[in-house]
Amino acid sequence: MKFELNGKKIDINVAADEPLLEVLRRCNCYSVRSGCDTSNCGICTVWVDDRPILSCSYPAARAEGKKVTTIEGVPAEAHEVMELLANEGADQCGYCSPGFIMSVIAMKRDLTNPTEQEINEYLAGNLCRCTGYMSQARVLEKLWS
Amino acid sequence: MDKNFKVVNQHIAKTDAFSIMGGAPVYTGDLVPGDALTVKILRSPYAFAKVLEVKKDIAMKVPGVVCILSHEDVPLHRMSAAGSSYPGNNPYDRRILDSIVRYVGDPVAIIAAEDEKAAEKAMKLVKVSYEVMEPVLDFEKAEEMAAGGAVVHPEDNYVFQMDIGGDLQKNILSQDAIGEGDFEAEYNKCEFKLDETYYTCANQQAMMETFRSFSYYDQSGRLTIVSSTQITFHVRRLIAQALGLSQAKVRVIKPRIGGGFGAKQSMVTEPYAAVVTWKTGRPAYVCFDRHESFACGNTRHGFRVRVRLGADRTGLVKALWVDSLQNVGAYGEHAVNVAGLSGHKTIPLYAKTSAWKFTEKSVYTNTTPGGAFRGFGATQGCFAVESTVNKLAMLAGLDPTEIRLKNLPEVGQPMPAYYGEILQSCALPDCIRTGRKMIDWDNKYKSEPFSTQVGPHRYRGLGMAVTMQGSGLTNLDCCTVTIRLDDGGFYTMGIGASDMGTGCDTILAQMAAEVLQCDVDRIVVNGVDTTSSPYDKGSYASSTTYVTGNATVRAAKQLLDKMMAEAAVQLGVEQSEVEFDGDRFFVKAGEEMLQSMKNAGLNTYEKTQAKEGAESEERSLSLEELGVESVNGQRDFLTATVSFSGQSSPPPFVAGFAEVEVDTETGEIQLIDLVGVVDCGTVINKNLAQVQAEGGFMQGAGMALYEQVVIADDGRLSTDSFMQYKIPSRLDVPKIRIAFEESYEPTGPFGAKSIGEVVINTPSPAIISAIKNAVGAEIHSLPATAEKVYNALKNK
Repeated sequence: MKFELNGKKIDINVAADEPLLEVLRRCNCYSVRSGCDTSNCGICTVWVDDRPILSCSYPAARAEGKKVTTIEGVPAEAHEVMELLANEGADQCGYCSPGFIMSVIAMKRDLTNPTEQEINEYLAGNLCRCTGYMSQARVLEKLWS
Repeated sequence: MDKNFKVVNQHIAKTDAFSIMGGAPVYTGDLVPGDALTVKILRSPYAFAKVLEVKKDIAMKVPGVVCILSHEDVPLHRMSAAGSSYPGNNPYDRRILDSIVRYVGDPVAIIAAEDEKAAEKAMKLVKVSYEVMEPVLDFEKAEEMAAGGAVVHPEDNYVFQMDIGGDLQKNILSQDAIGEGDFEAEYNKCEFKLDETYYTCANQQAMMETFRSFSYYDQSGRLTIVSSTQITFHVRRLIAQALGLSQAKVRVIKPRIGGGFGAKQSMVTEPYAAVVTWKTGRPAYVCFDRHESFACGNTRHGFRVRVRLGADRTGLVKALWVDSLQNVGAYGEHAVNVAGLSGHKTIPLYAKTSAWKFTEKSVYTNTTPGGAFRGFGATQGCFAVESTVNKLAMLAGLDPTEIRLKNLPEVGQPMPAYYGEILQSCALPDCIRTGRKMIDWDNKYKSEPFSTQVGPHRYRGLGMAVTMQGSGLTNLDCCTVTIRLDDGGFYTMGIGASDMGTGCDTILAQMAAEVLQCDVDRIVVNGVDTTSSPYDKGSYASSTTYVTGNATVRAAKQLLDKMMAEAAVQLGVEQSEVEFDGDRFFVKAGEEMLQSMKNAGLNTYEKTQAKEGAESEERSLSLEELGVESVNGQRDFLTATVSFSGQSSPPPFVAGFAEVEVDTETGEIQLIDLVGVVDCGTVINKNLAQVQAEGGFMQGAGMALYEQVVIADDGRLSTDSFMQYKIPSRLDVPKIRIAFEESYEPTGPFGAKSIGEVVINTPSPAIISAIKNAVGAEIHSLPATAEKVYNALKNK
């Protein structure tokens, strides 16, 4: 299977039932992590053709010929969010952060001047067990100001 | 009390922030060797059964299968998987694989193969025959069922490490009773007598990174386990015990952890990886999926708590009896201590009693084993006791906040139910007052239900609760810190405490930096590898800030003292003449010089200039120079190792408040506001403490409203994924507002106490009493689902 990963051409053998998550980890993208196996937690969020998807339940073969982006592929935008999260203490265990950050960057591209409710709805699929979301909300506020 | 801090009590980012968020390979699953075997576990479909035969021959023929182990292949002796100091009170009640399976999901066979597909194919081909027995699923009937022959632990090699009042023939793991005064006499004298029973169900810690570990033999032939664990050193001892090895032959490494909340205070996956490496010599990796993590890890223990409380007309609690019955589940990890905390950390808040009593019993059942979960029994006890006190407020027509203020312990007072410890710091009254302001209690709180209508059938209400926890285990747990000066003029600090995302690597570095007068960047923190880290019991019992923190401060002070002594030698002066500013060692300007400056009539600026001139280059030494001198073979290397064990476990406190809106047509509960005011002594890291508190309150809200472990009639866990077990999303917790009222704990590092656990306790009693305050619906079992509220309204 051929696809583009963070601007790099990849040619890799994949099993018919292999989820994209596993393939990306085989490509050494360690930011892509699994949290639930049931498409509930949002931790494995990456972009396919610039749209956020859940890589745990996205068959890798479907990404044939497509452009896949992980946090490693958007270093400048990711750094901006990471810095805000770090300064707020909102990283905590960090396990859900890459998926959350990919959703946040996608949201920033999708929405202009969203309300708090719109933000919460956009990001509702990104669960976090550590923070209680308040510190993330403070980060999001700063991201737009 | 000096609170003029430079590095502690500040907002400081976590030192690992960019690696964990940016996708660096720093978690267990990122570090697995390419040739590691995949380990899968064949699990019992029955809640209680004898394993008669495990037929492996056909499965072994699957290409890629390397080994299949059943109970005949593993050591016979029993162990505990609990991470707590040795010797302890956890029973040796489990084997790696046993001939009796005690809950749905209990391991029957371990399958190791070259890849996951082969392992899974083989799993389907292992044929197991069982003799199915009637399971004990209702913990309230555990004793009664034992009389009928359903004994969960009938084995003859079960070991109690100490007398905990167990009676296995009755399914009783442990029981205890303590108290003071004549309870019945005092209770009967009281104006208000309450006798309330509450239930908490099991809860999932639901850390985002599931249980996982891998193992291999290292360069010197030691069985090495890399694990997502809170208890690195305990795992070394437990694995050695499980396999009958010398601890010298076992090494455990903890990388970054994707959350623990207590779940990883037990050994869960480690023995399965280790036993495969031990048998095959090959690296082996075991990773639980979410279903396994929920069904076969460990949960918060479910409780029934009966509270009998007597109070006088003014709300003064005169008699208090907490009686806890705990569902241990199939194995006894942590159960004895968890049961204890349901009384030890609730009764002391009502400090003016004439009589109190705490009785507790823990019973085995055929359900997923309980374990540690943030709050550790105090949470369950807090729900019951605080709900009862809120009911007292209603009956007596008193304000719930005033009742608390009237009954709280005072600084200097001993707390008999809390191991007789003397309270040395407490800002809980301030926490209550501040919280009351934050939620606008005085205007919004109406004692009668249905007082605040906000829609055709929607009403709002307020509730509150108070709580305490501890800061480590007194005179038991040992935490050690090693800190050294390196030749580049920076420090390396070795810790055995396990940063699980809470940020202990950072806050301990802050404490060392405060002592050594430098930035956090100058302290490299290294943990945890049992080969190179100093001993620490691990991260649990709210202990890293207080216990490891105390060791850190002492180690840094000792190193500073050694550096000053060495600098004095090199500067050719007495140590008392040396000053250190974090970068350089100076010779203090002597009295003689100061006098001559005074006589010369210099102004302050000129004096400073003259003083700096006097402390000239040849009379000073940089930290880097001292570091270089310490490794050039002429002088000693500068390092300090100090261990600390708490002589007390000072309680942090929280006052929690909730406002809810309830729909009387549907029973739906909407959380409007959650306020928490925390006294954790000096806040070491303002960001991290706040986020700990917010996260704890969210988990507490989840426990109050959504999170429910459901066991089906056959013992199977019905809620084994995030589809059924709903943790709060950002749409469910609209507002959590946290404030701090800092006391100063004299025994704490820079006046600090703990924060990790105490923050989870108050939401459930506060929310439940807010529901009652809104619509009069009384909930006695968690979670308070819309269904329960609807039924409570209907049955009123």
